Amino acid sequence: MIYDFFFKLTNSNFLADLIQSLLPLFIFILPFALFAVLFERKVSAHMQDRLGPMRVGYHGILQTVADILKLVQKEDIIPTLADKPLFNIAPVLVFAGSYLAFAAIPFSSAFIGSNIDLGIIFIIAASGFVVAGILMAGWSSNNKYSLLGAMRSAAQIISYEIPTVLVVLSVIMITGTTNLLTLSEMQTGHFWNWMIFGGPVMGIAKFIFIPIMIINFVIIYISTLAEVNRTPFDIPEAESELVSGYHTEYSGMKFAMFFLSEYANMFAVSAIVAALFLGGYQSPIGYLGNLFGVHWLIPIEQFFWFTAKGIFFVFVQMWLRWTLPRLRVDQLMALCWKYLIPIAFVNLLIIGLITVL
Amino acid sequence: MNIYDIIFYLFAAITILSAFFVVTTRNIVYSAYYLLFTFFGVAGIYVLLGADFIAIVQLIVYVGGILILLLFGVMLTNKITNVEIRSGSIQIVPAAVGVALFAGIVMASMLNTKWKNIETAMPSATTQGIGLLLIQQYAVVFELLGILLLVALIGAASMARK
Repeated sequence: MIYDFFFKLTNSNFLADLIQSLLPLFIFILPFALFAVLFERKVSAHMQDRLGPMRVGYHGILQTVADILKLVQKEDIIPTLADKPLFNIAPVLVFAGSYLAFAAIPFSSAFIGSNIDLGIIFIIAASGFVVAGILMAGWSSNNKYSLLGAMRSAAQIISYEIPTVLVVLSVIMITGTTNLLTLSEMQTGHFWNWMIFGGPVMGIAKFIFIPIMIINFVIIYISTLAEVNRTPFDIPEAESELVSGYHTEYSGMKFAMFFLSEYANMFAVSAIVAALFLGGYQSPIGYLGNLFGVHWLIPIEQFFWFTAKGIFFVFVQMWLRWTLPRLRVDQLMALCWKYLIPIAFVNLLIIGLITVL
Repeated sequence: MNIYDIIFYLFAAITILSAFFVVTTRNIVYSAYYLLFTFFGVAGIYVLLGADFIAIVQLIVYVGGILILLLFGVMLTNKITNVEIRSGSIQIVPAAVGVALFAGIVMASMLNTKWKNIETAMPSATTQGIGLLLIQQYAVVFELLGILLLVALIGAASMARK
């Protein structure tokens, strides 16, 4: 574990804890956000037969850095009639909520922020802070578009949490654990041990599990998409109706905080889907480290596979964003309550019956 | 004083201060947000007591559920319709008597209880134990609670339809 390494290096529990807790932010989220913002622009551009940002650096690779420099210099505007304390706290609360989830995400067998027993439930609990932060931003801006956006966003996140939790519950019923590290360890071996292919069970049960788990995977992917307010569920920040939803009034670094937490959330939900259904950090084909007998290579390979799966799902989110039109509010709620939740319940019942038998 | 003591006093301070502000602040939206920190502090203290499952359920139910619902209600009435909702204090004398009595009872029971003070090892995960107890020993109570919540839900839905 990386924690032991820091403990030896600093010889203090406190410093090791501190470094451990800051690691995902500096090693992962900030570089990822830099990459993902550019990636999103490039994906959208190429899907629309454009080139995207091309000026700053080779094919625009430094565009995001330039944008951040621009945002740092911007004046920090607070609307006169806004509620100043809440207006200032909201971006921090939203980012804290999305960073909280990273505490329980297993990046590789050697690194998980905190190996708590209730990993996946903790991540679900952490999303409550994001909702509270979004409502705070919307209300304190004192702007009708912001408030409407925040309300829509909170309603959407709460509704779509139900199918997510039902699917998570079915995975817990099969594996009997809520610890994401154990869950990833259980899906070791080759890709047919992944949860989407029925998990590490063998025999007839596996063939019943495969179609159910594939449906479950689709349900959780759709509902996580709605939880991070991405198209086709982006009615909270529908540009054509609400300017840009709950962060309409924000500028400069506070806007950047919202942006950062949005991208952090995108990766977090992709990582959860990957950890639950696609083996987490497990390689689909075996490890080079085992092949050559170099054991320190394995955690690095696992980190590679984990980020690769996560970034692939982030790419699918972007792909959907530039393909699908936006849902109306009633369609959004109908999809959740009339289709996803009943299907998830039926799947949960079937899985419960099989695991009991 | 080790690190856990410092963390405990931090969470205790968060809980008590924010709970104090919940009742004293006049703006009801601020009260709701101070409540967020109260719940957070209580969850932290649960974690320090080794009750990891209760801590996380506290966050899910109170922060993710009740608080959000409360904020929804407050915000929809407070900003969209122009009704200023502010909390004030009325009937101070009876309230003070009641609070003093209650505080006295709580203090008396705190001082007269023999607290178990055992040095324990690192707390282990509690989820499995709680799950087994709920399904085996307290299965009937658990199911009844589920029915009670369902009744409340159906009642709320039918009242909202009218």
